[in-house]
Amino acid sequence: MGKLRGVEVTAPPVTGLRRTRHALDRIGDRTLYVVTALAGFLSVLVVAAIIWQVVKGSWPAIKQFGISFVWNQTWNPVTSVFGAREYVLGTLITAFGAMLIAAPLSIAIGLFLSELAPPAIRGPIGSLVDMLAAVPSVVIGLWGIYVLIPFTFHDIEPWLHDWFGFTGIFGTPTTAGVFPAMLVLAIMATPITSSICRELFINVPRELEEAAIGLGATRWEMVKGVVVPNVKGGVVAGIVLGLGRALGEAIAVTQVIGNGTPLQLNIFKPGVTLASNLANQYSGAVSNLQVSALIYLGLILLVITFLANLVAQRIVLRFELQRTGGN
Amino acid sequence: MEAISLQATGRSRRRLLVNRGAEILAIVAALLAVTVLAIVVGSVFARAFHSLTWDFFTKGPVIFGQTGGGISPAIVGTAMLVLIAMAISVPTGVLAAIFVSEFAPKKVGAQVRLWLDVLNGFPSIVIGIFVFVLAVKTKVPFLDIGHHQSAWAGGFALSIIMLPLVSRTTMEVLTLVPNSLREASYALGVSKWRTVLSVVLPSAIGGIVTGTTLAVARAAGETAPLLFTCSFASQFVTWDPSQPVSTIPFTIFSYSESPDPSLHGQAWAAAFVLIAFVLVTSLTARLLLDRSRRKLGQVQ
Repeated sequence: MGKLRGVEVTAPPVTGLRRTRHALDRIGDRTLYVVTALAGFLSVLVVAAIIWQVVKGSWPAIKQFGISFVWNQTWNPVTSVFGAREYVLGTLITAFGAMLIAAPLSIAIGLFLSELAPPAIRGPIGSLVDMLAAVPSVVIGLWGIYVLIPFTFHDIEPWLHDWFGFTGIFGTPTTAGVFPAMLVLAIMATPITSSICRELFINVPRELEEAAIGLGATRWEMVKGVVVPNVKGGVVAGIVLGLGRALGEAIAVTQVIGNGTPLQLNIFKPGVTLASNLANQYSGAVSNLQVSALIYLGLILLVITFLANLVAQRIVLRFELQRTGGN
Repeated sequence: MEAISLQATGRSRRRLLVNRGAEILAIVAALLAVTVLAIVVGSVFARAFHSLTWDFFTKGPVIFGQTGGGISPAIVGTAMLVLIAMAISVPTGVLAAIFVSEFAPKKVGAQVRLWLDVLNGFPSIVIGIFVFVLAVKTKVPFLDIGHHQSAWAGGFALSIIMLPLVSRTTMEVLTLVPNSLREASYALGVSKWRTVLSVVLPSAIGGIVTGTTLAVARAAGETAPLLFTCSFASQFVTWDPSQPVSTIPFTIFSYSESPDPSLHGQAWAAAFVLIAFVLVTSLTARLLLDRSRRKLGQVQ
């Protein structure tokens, strides 16, 4: 019984169905809602819990050294003075070096898969590049020690030294060092960045591309003038996501970087990163303060990768919204 | 009559050459990535070959200096950690995905998705530190764990690695389930919770299995989260999850830096086991995902 557009309407009373719907289904709907909402909330809560616990673990070191820990150079377990400068710089240098190699490579792979490759080989090659991301980092590291390092030491580093040695960056060849770490990180970041680039390039409107070709542009001019400018922000986001991977990789880097301080201009010499130092010293910490200082290194790493990811994810999200028209 | 040359000259010729150069560079880049994969997989296969014996799968490690021995404790340990990680991450991840696709307002759903992606981008070693501070360094109230490393702690760390992968894939597949299916169910008078559980979930099950498989492939190969949570293990097969267990990735890591050259062969053989498992599972998972996507696409 009720009013519909101001007119009193009568309906025959509903019998039978009503009670069952109210009893079981209301409880069921409510329960499923609460349980799933809880799971969703928990997933978000994990992020907060990780930040909180890492801050908690590094608290003794934060109290002792303050924020200047980030740029202090000394790391001396004997005198219990700790600073992160070597590790922060090492992390930034290896990760950016890796992206100098991986970014152009990834964009080129993305272009090959979206514009150039015949449809028949597009899928298989794309899957193979994705497979590279599935290889566990410890296996890449093992391969790095016994296959990549001998190769760079005997073949690549002497060549670079002969031609570009005067810059000081490519000094005397060394086995384990920052350079093989950059190569290993580039291998791990490329599948991430290239698969994002491929998706972006594929979704550039076909009419734009055809218009450029119709005006007489070559394929390269179309890519340079239409495809890439259209999704520039997304490509940057893809590179930042790859960078996030490169910044946070611990195992493969610690296997090939040689774990040595101080940092040198010669990138063939050993170095160290935040993550590689954690992986290297996980069992060696003797005092509580040293453990806490190690966790502080983890906190710095967390902040850097967190910011990088947040920025990249927001850009990616904007592109998705643009593409689907906000749905 | 003078013949007209169709050969491009001058400026056009230069443009065509630049275009050809760019095309060749793109092809070389793609070939390079595929070649690196081939070399990595190829060298693992080649170097693992002579260490892959029956003993390698059934025996434990031998005392330093002796040859032979195997990684059976690590195989058992990795299986145990992955099972623990699955038991935590699959229910949580699937339920969270149901929340986002079936219940949550659009803005809330977008937030959950964003933070899951951020979680996915966290360095895995930081997740190890998180579990270390939470459940290894301190004692966990009520549960009988803490104060030392354990398979529980390692499995929990791996579950955090798996959670975003399981949840995001499930979300993606759930949004592909056509609304007409849900509406058909409502039209029959079926309530929401039964629609979700008996109509929506079964049609998305392929995607959920795929997401889980991909996540297992990723988790089984992770070393970094285990360093702080599950690395000081005994050399024997243990079934007790309150004790640290030996794992395949950590075995590779410690053998690869060992001074004993006979262990390097073992490291390659362990890498073979790991890479074969990871590549086979993620390859099948990808094929399954494509199939279930296509199937859902056809219903619409």
